[in-house]
This record gives sequence, structure tokens and C-alpha cells, in this order.
Amino acid sequence: MSAGTLSAFERSLGRLDVDSTRTVADELDDALASVTLDPVVGAPLPFGGCSLPDWVRTDPTPAELDEAKTGVTAAELAVADYGSVVIRATPDATEQVSLFPDVHVAVVRAADVVPGMPEAFERLAEWTADGDSAIVATGPSATADMGALVKGAHGPKEVRVVVVE
Amino acid sequence: MSSTRDEKATRIRHFLATEGDAVAEGTRGFNAGRYESVGRLDEYEELKDRARAIKEDAIERLPELVDQLRESVEANGGTLYVADDADDANRYIREVVEERDAETVVKSKSMTTEELEVNDELRAADVDVVETDLGEWVLQLADEVPSHIIAPAIHKSREGIAELFETTFDLDEPLETAEELTMFAREKLGERIAEADVGMTGANFIAADSGTLLLVTSEGNARKSVVVPDTHVAVAGVEKVVPSVTDFQPFVELIGRSGTGQDITSYVSLLTPPAPSPTVEFDAPDVPMTDGETNREFHLVLVDNGRMAMREDEQLKETLYCIRCSACANSCGNFQSVGGHVFGGETYSGGIATGWETGIEGLDVAAEFNDLCTGCSRCVNACPVKIDIPWINTVVRDRINRGEGGKLDFLVEGLTPDEESGGLDLGKRFFGNFSTVAKLGSATAPVSNWVAGTRPARRLLAKTVGVDPRRDLPSFQRETFRAWFERRGGAQVPAARARREAVVYPDLYTNHVQVERGKAAVRTLEALGVHVVVPEVPSSGRAPLSQGMVSTAARHAHEVYAALAEHVDANRDIVVVEPSDLAMFRREYEKFLAPKSFERLDMHSYEVMEYVYGLLHVGAETTLLSTPDGDDAGVAYHSHCQQRTLGLESYTVAVLEDLGYDVVTSETECCGMAGSFGYKSEYYELSMDVGEPIREQFEAADAANRTVVASGTSCLEQLDALLSRPTRHPVELVAPR
Repeated sequence: MSAGTLSAFERSLGRLDVDSTRTVADELDDALASVTLDPVVGAPLPFGGCSLPDWVRTDPTPAELDEAKTGVTAAELAVADYGSVVIRATPDATEQVSLFPDVHVAVVRAADVVPGMPEAFERLAEWTADGDSAIVATGPSATADMGALVKGAHGPKEVRVVVVE
Repeated sequence: MSSTRDEKATRIRHFLATEGDAVAEGTRGFNAGRYESVGRLDEYEELKDRARAIKEDAIERLPELVDQLRESVEANGGTLYVADDADDANRYIREVVEERDAETVVKSKSMTTEELEVNDELRAADVDVVETDLGEWVLQLADEVPSHIIAPAIHKSREGIAELFETTFDLDEPLETAEELTMFAREKLGERIAEADVGMTGANFIAADSGTLLLVTSEGNARKSVVVPDTHVAVAGVEKVVPSVTDFQPFVELIGRSGTGQDITSYVSLLTPPAPSPTVEFDAPDVPMTDGETNREFHLVLVDNGRMAMREDEQLKETLYCIRCSACANSCGNFQSVGGHVFGGETYSGGIATGWETGIEGLDVAAEFNDLCTGCSRCVNACPVKIDIPWINTVVRDRINRGEGGKLDFLVEGLTPDEESGGLDLGKRFFGNFSTVAKLGSATAPVSNWVAGTRPARRLLAKTVGVDPRRDLPSFQRETFRAWFERRGGAQVPAARARREAVVYPDLYTNHVQVERGKAAVRTLEALGVHVVVPEVPSSGRAPLSQGMVSTAARHAHEVYAALAEHVDANRDIVVVEPSDLAMFRREYEKFLAPKSFERLDMHSYEVMEYVYGLLHVGAETTLLSTPDGDDAGVAYHSHCQQRTLGLESYTVAVLEDLGYDVVTSETECCGMAGSFGYKSEYYELSMDVGEPIREQFEAADAANRTVVASGTSCLEQLDALLSRPTRHPVELVAPR
């Protein structure tokens, strides 16, 4: 991934009103502390050298999921052109954690940001060939069905991205 | 007016009044968004070509792909069922739901389940079915049907929805803002999703190689409906299958842009069920989700319901390439005014609905709204898979004509011999044979114009062929364009001294009605050093084609080519004034002529202002043409639908600007006249409503003093009706005085 791709990703996120923060693995705890609202639930990060702080409740119950203000998950892939984060469905309830709380915080490794959809689909094709499911999520959920654009129809009202360099 | 015409007019008037404003605001917003969003895409045309190629290949290999998909789905642990028709699909779905002892099914919006009417089947089995798409839920509460493919409740205003919620839920305090309404719906639907036993979705695409479904949503309801309950039933038309997951890519980039003007929707789910995500047991709120055993069940129901037969039908096959993005609806002038409750059929709506409804429901359903397509072709470039939607409408119109039977009218039959079988509706026969009408009209002018203007004649025209009495009729000129050309002694620039040689095509309107624009075209070309000839050439066949008289149109095509071939051989350019005729040469003739003949005519034909542009850009002097006076207020220009579809609007603008005119162009998709459409009594009010945006634009302060010019005959007539100032063809403006 080139520096150009990463800044293109950040520009796209800006257009979507999605805040993004750059950090390094050692400082991930602090970065997350500044972008989450309590209570926080999460799904374990599949990245070597990166883990969620212990104040993030992983393995949540439905009640905890329901009460959480923030859900933190990994995005194992991101698309610079669109500002999309790609969330792979896992038995750790990644999909639920990214979907139910009002704020979704996606943790993305800089190396996993690809320029466009053609590159993203190369990887998505490999995942799905292995039987996996994934969500390409771009900004918060939204609807215009009630006469004006409203964020947070069923999914999160706000998305924040933490890029780990 | 006949009673059926009267009923139709009343119905249109009703929907114009009740739903018109909401539909207009929504569709025009989506359509404007589409232009902006595809404008940001560098490789838009390439993506469309790839999308088209993927669908062509997939439909061609569909049976083989379905076999492959079955293997993939079963290998993943799911079940694939191919349902022959709606009853078969409904029975299967009901059995799955009953086996799970499901009390509640939550649905994510799916047009295919609307087609099947699966909700009725499940309700009859005492299963509670809840639509979770916000718009669809509103319609479920109101007991209405969708009016739009992707925005089902587009016809409902915010105030209407607030009122509906207030009465349905007996609210103490009314909800007002869109935010309040949305959050109320989120909460209510969240409860229903939490208790649901089965989640049902559609699928935008399905990959045969891995069994992966692609679901495009913005609200997140499909994600919740799939991830919370333990059973997922996906229902989709069999045409949604594509070979592989990589084939999803162009569609992911095109579908949101084409539909609502979003670069991409919030969520694009690639589901390869059953997913590893744990189910969410809200009735065991304190047990960690990952502790439970996830025993997910997945059923994919592929619905044939006429589709495999459409695949065998050369003309309807293209319909199966449709990705249901709604771009054809949003870009359609008529749809923008009345929406799907008038425009659509049983389920599908917009331009492509004629194909769907013919294939799925039958010709009689398609016939109810096929007339609403005026053939303006504005949807052609909007379609991300390049379906020639007006052609499908024409073919279906032809089949309706042939299928209806009825008694012959010998007077009309004798007056207007054509290739069509008898029993054709009189109005269609009149408009379809307009060339004969025009010849008679000129031969007997001015008497014909006076007679046509009398009350008894207007009443007769209204009664027999349905021409609305409020419309001014074309005024036939006694001296035709060709007769004028002969009388002046033919060409005035000798071939030997000419820069180029050209045929000015004497189309029906230029020859008989808009004679002045023909003269202006000749004077303009000659001023720029062109040797002009105006031979006798038959009419293009546009008029019969518009009425669905395909074989008559084909005969015209052959005769026109025969008359022009020698000129093309002599290296003369064919210059066409009427854009709808040029569009015949460049688009529809491909269906009628041998490929080489089509190509030769296409290559040698030019729209008149395109041709003038070409002459000016190879060195002809602009000073030879008319330029504006010092105090000229500028030009308000309305191109023509088919001319814009062909990408020709810019030439007229460029020529006018080169000559020093200040030009504003119309922003609306269509003026609402489109050939015979606006003359018909049942469509008169709709036609005027479609024209309203152009009237507003051209009467606004910055355009009110400008000279109005328009390229097409129909546009000129509509603008004459809409505005209080005169209109002209642009070539009349630039012709030497």
C-alpha cells in the first residue's frame, strides 16, 4: 500500500463524515479510548501484535450488546476510493458488534487498505471461496424513506476508523 | 372521448394530484444524483460494458450456472430450491417456515417476494410477516403496494407517514421530523427482529462458484434480519446468478450510483451462508452469544416464474440483464410525474417493467401501462447494463397490437394501407400512418387546416382517434419543402465548386409542416459551400414504430435505405433535421437493415447542427451565418430526447456559442410531448405536467427574455403550448438572413 492510497482512504472517509485516526500498535489503547463511548463491546482483533484493551468487553451477551454505545471490530480490508471498511463475519460475533451499537469503531491495518474495488474483490473472492461472509460497510447506516436523510436506520449512527500503521 | 380513455385520464389525474409531488421530488433527486455520481467515475462506460458482458454470458449459460450453484450451496450446508412459479415458491417457503414452527418472519425488502405475494401465503398459515425496510414497513402499515423498485414508499410524504404512525400506534405525541420517525421505526422493528424465527431476504446477485449472495442495502435491516434468527430464506429470480464473486465488482460500483446517486450504498453484504456469526438469543439476554451452539439453516429459493421462457425469447431476453436499479424509472419524464402506481404493472415499474410484466404476468398486464413509454430513449444511457428499453416497449406494443383482435375499420384500412394486421386501434393507425395524413394535409392546405380546426372535425378526431381538443394541430403547408426546393431551381451551389455534397432529408414534418426549418437548413448549408440536393425519400418509419407497428417501420427502413444508398455511394452526406428520424437511422435501423447497410447509413448521417459544427470546424467562416445583435438576450435551448441520448446536444450549443449567442439549455429529461403522446386525450394532462419544469425554467428571470429554440417537432409544439412566446429550430436562427 502506498502513502497515496492511505491518504485517499482518509479523504474518502472525510467525505462520508467518518473520523479517522492514525496510530501504531503500541498506542492502540489510547487511540481507542479517545474514540469510544462507554459501555464498549468488541470482537478480538485477528492482527498479530494488536489486541483490544481489557476495558473492551469481548464475548458479550445479548444484553451487553443491547446496552453498548460502541462496538469495536477489525476491518481486515478497506477500500480507499470509497472509504469502505470490510468486516469479515466470525464466530466472535464481529458482525453483531459492528451492527448494533450506535458507534462502530473499525480498526484497520494500513497494509490492508487497497486502492479500489477491483483489488478488494480479489481478496473477497478468496474469502468467499473459503466459505466466508463479509460486509463492505461505507459510512453509517442511513435512510431517506421518512422524507429526509437520517443516519442510523438499523445499524450504527456513526462510524470511526482507527488506522494502525 | 371514449369511456376507457376517460377512465384512464381520470386515473392519471387522480395520481397526479395525490402522489405526483412526492414522486417528482424523489425521482428527480435520484436522477440528478445519478448524473453527479457517474460523472465522478472515470471508467463509467467500461464498467457498463463489463456489467453487460457478464449478464449476457450468465444468461446464456444459466442452466449450467444453476447446477454449479446447487453444488456450491449444498457443499456449504444450505439448500437450493428452483421454483417453477409463484405457487411452487410460496409452498416451499411456507413449508420451511412451518417446519421451524416460526411465529414471526422478518423480511428485508425484496421485489421478488412482492411478485410471489409470499406475505399473503404466510399470513394464511398464521405466520406474522414483518417488513423491516422502512419504506416497505410504511406500506405494510398502510396496506399499500410499492410504487418504486428501490424506494417503495417514494409516493408518501413525511406528513403522511407521521399521520399513519400516529393512527396505527395510537401515539400520545405526534412524531414530526424524519429523525423522530426513523428512530420510532428502528425501535419498533428492532423488537420484531429480536423475536423473529426466520429472516427472509432477496439477493441482488448470486455467485455460482461459491454460493455467495450479494445484498445491497443502506439501512442495515437485511444484516439484522440475517444475523439474528437462526434460519435464513433468500428468494431471488433465477436471472440473478452470475459465474463468480469477482463478477460482482462492476455491479457494486454501478448499482447505487444508477439507483439513488449514491457512490455506494452503506452496506454491501457478501453472504456465503450459513454464516459463522452466532445467533442472537434476546430471550437469553445474559448468556454470552458465543456460548450457544450456532445451528444455522439456509434455503435459497430461485424463482423461474416465466424467466426461463423469457430467455428463449430473443426480444424479451434482455430484460433478464436488468439489475433492478430503477435508473429507467427515475430518468423517465412520465414516471417522474405519476410514479409506479400509474406507470407500473403488478409488481415491477419503470421502463423495464414492460419486459418483466410481459414475461412474468403476460401481455394483458403489460398492455395496461405500455403506452406510458413514449420511446423518448432517455433511459437508454441511464441503464447500467445497456438494455434498449424503448425497443422492448416497442416490441411488446407490437405484440399487443397483434394480439387484441377486434373489427376492421374499412375507411381507415383503405386510407392507410400498411403491413399490420387489422384490428389495430384507430388512434394507433392514425398516428402510425401520419405520412399519409401529412401528404393529404399538404395537398389540400389551407382547407385541411381550416377543416381540422373546426369544431365538428375536432370532435370527430377526438372521438375516433383520441386527439385531445385542447391541442393545436400541426398546420400543413400547401407548398412542401421539396416543392419549394424544386421551384427555386434546386441546388444553388454547383457540385463542381462545392466543399461537400449533402442530401437534406425531407422528413415528414420538415416537408409538410415545419417547412421553414428545411429552407433554413438549405440556406445555411449553401452559405457554407455545400451542394445540396433534396430528393424524394420515404418517411423514416418513426411514426409507425412509435405505435408498435414494427413491420410497417421495417418496410420504411428498407425503402429509405434504397432511396439513400445511391447518394451515400456518391459520397453525399445525409443531413437530418428531425432528431427522431436521425435516431431511427442511428439506432432502430440496426434492427431492420443488413449490418453493412446500417453501418453505411449510420456513418454518413448527421444531425443538421452537428453537420454545421463540422463545417465550421474544418474552416468555414462563421461570418457567413447570422450572428446575434448587440442587445440580444441570448438563447434558451431545448434539445430533443433522442438527440440527447445520441450525445448531439453539444453541437448545437457549440455552434450557437461560436456565433456569439449566450445559451442556456433545458435541465429536464423530457418536454413531455414525445411524438403522438401529448396529442392523446387520455395523456394530455400528464404531458403538460411533464412539461412543467421546462416551462418554469424558461419563464424564470434569467431565461424569460431569451429566444426559445428547440430541435424536435414535438418539442416545438409542446413549447408552443407551454410558453407564450414563439419557438424556432436553431438552424432558423443561424441561417443567413
